[in-house]
Amino acid sequence: MDSPVGRRILQHPILGSLPEVPVCHIAVDGKWIPAREGEPILAALLAAGVIVVRTTGRYGAPRGLFCGIGHCSDCLVTVDGQRNVPACGTLVRNGMRVETLRSA
Amino acid sequence: MRQLVTEVLVIGAGPAGLSAARSAAGQGADVVLADSNRLSGGQLLKQTHKFFGSTRHGAGMRGMDLARKLTTESEREGVRLLLGVSAVGRFAEGVVLKDGQDRLVLAKAQRYVIAVGASERGIAFPGWTLPGVMTAGAAQTFVNLHRVSIGDHVLVVGSGNVGLLLAYHLRQAGSDVVGIAEARREITGWAVHASKIRRLGIPVFTGVAIEGARGQDRVSEVTFRSSHRRWGGTCRLNVPADAVCLAVGLSPRTQLLQQIGCELAFSAVLGGTVPVHDRCMQTTLPGWYVAGDAAGVEEATVAMEEGQLAGLSAAHGLGYGSSRSYERKKAEILVSLDELRAGPLGGDRKAAKEELCLSRSR
Amino acid sequence: MSLKESMIRGRLRCRSIVSGGISALDHGRLATCPGIPTEARLQEGPVAVIECAEEIPCNPCEMACARGAIRVGHPITNLPVLDTLLCIGCGECIADCPGLAIFVVDASQDARDVVTLPYEMLPVPCPKDVVALVDRRGEIVGSGRVTHVRSSTKTDRTAIITVTVRKGLGMSVRSIDPPGQRCA
Repeated sequence: MDSPVGRRILQHPILGSLPEVPVCHIAVDGKWIPAREGEPILAALLAAGVIVVRTTGRYGAPRGLFCGIGHCSDCLVTVDGQRNVPACGTLVRNGMRVETLRSA
Repeated sequence: MRQLVTEVLVIGAGPAGLSAARSAAGQGADVVLADSNRLSGGQLLKQTHKFFGSTRHGAGMRGMDLARKLTTESEREGVRLLLGVSAVGRFAEGVVLKDGQDRLVLAKAQRYVIAVGASERGIAFPGWTLPGVMTAGAAQTFVNLHRVSIGDHVLVVGSGNVGLLLAYHLRQAGSDVVGIAEARREITGWAVHASKIRRLGIPVFTGVAIEGARGQDRVSEVTFRSSHRRWGGTCRLNVPADAVCLAVGLSPRTQLLQQIGCELAFSAVLGGTVPVHDRCMQTTLPGWYVAGDAAGVEEATVAMEEGQLAGLSAAHGLGYGSSRSYERKKAEILVSLDELRAGPLGGDRKAAKEELCLSRSR
Repeated sequence: MSLKESMIRGRLRCRSIVSGGISALDHGRLATCPGIPTEARLQEGPVAVIECAEEIPCNPCEMACARGAIRVGHPITNLPVLDTLLCIGCGECIADCPGLAIFVVDASQDARDVVTLPYEMLPVPCPKDVVALVDRRGEIVGSGRVTHVRSSTKTDRTAIITVTVRKGLGMSVRSIDPPGQRCA
């Protein structure tokens, strides 16, 4: 259903090697995925290959990253029971529970 | 509500805001610089390429390094940097700011500089809401800042500088760029940027419209259509792509400007609705200045110069800096701005800015 | 069928789907640029080739040459002028151009031409590697051997790669594909 596993950019000609930061884990629809400390939820989702972040209320249409800066509402998720949290602007926290399909 | 008192409040810590804050503080004013992001630098943060201009603009430095340099210089001048703080609006008592914990702060300043930049436009076509279709800025943020790939076979829409540079960034990040689609008949960005991506074998399809994007849970194919005679009659091309990045233009962010009630004008060349301002970057509301893309979409070099000018003018209005020194520095900046708008590529913007300033003095 | 193949087949119906655009600063348009040395100078020895053909505000190249061989002046939208008598083709200016538009070409040798170019992709090749040679349009025009790879704090992560190419290709080769990328 979702696309193949996403990719972290480990090597980059200008940015160099991906710096080592503490890894934490967040639950996405019940499945634990690794996340890097200090990154937004949406980055961890993409890296884990989770491209569909929510589905629309009326038509169930898939939505995902669009503007990336918290303006468009396409990446709203439910975090620890709180609805309509923008995944692009909210940082991960160890143990966080994210639900992708039941929001907005 | 907590209160914050300062002499100059700068809203937006991109190249314009950082430059305004640095120069106002350098004149001796007490300056607070607020930005809704967690890091200062604005769009510079995502730019891994070397910048143009001259040494006074940090030419040759990579965008993200320039962001750090401007921030360090501002802090060295004593600027108070508030990150994760956004402006809610201007009220009779002052400007209300909101921090990351949704706490409100009432900021009272004597001069304000709005340097909030521009926002990206989108274009709608069937399938544009599919995951995988995103703005150019979103792609740059995730690839260059968060270091996560946004797709393996990416189509870029728009051949302006943003689209051309994005294609380059995506290749550096290891994505295959299937091409750049451009509605006009010519590549609209700078030849030098286009040369870089053509050398990489990235095709640029000019004179095409996006007919639609298809896919199940994410985009997997895009159809172009062109009736251009170069295509020999109406022609369609299906292009496999798992990401589509829209680099179709920027518009100044005018919400705050509209709210404060200064005069606005329309300029297609500058990106849409822009604030009327004078040559010192003051809007029609006394004490309120504007700088950078919020005053008209141009380059980072222009943003830095306008910011510097706004900061200087704001400080001078408060009595900082002698008139002679102010006039000298202002003249230098105006010469530099003229240079940055020289040549056939800057002429339109130069004329547009002059018209804006002229309408201010009416 | 690869994407490229399907695109090429599409060409049979469509005249030319890929923009000639700026495209490419082909040799005709370039010849008029003041940063391009003459054929005669190219035959004398290594010399800078500044492929800057559009008036944009930019002048880091002017400060880049210790011998003062590059002039931009004011306004900074002027195209850079190369003094080919002063220029010794040392290549120090290559990394300073933010547009990656400066190259050094040595067309003076009998058996080969030598091109030094800026490169900002991974993987960076190593000396002795054989690489595919790419022209301004991104077409592969042959293969060549890397002789030098320079990268320092001064070049700020731009790799400066020297590669030997077939005689006559010195003014065509402007990029490389390292081993393992596209097929030569």
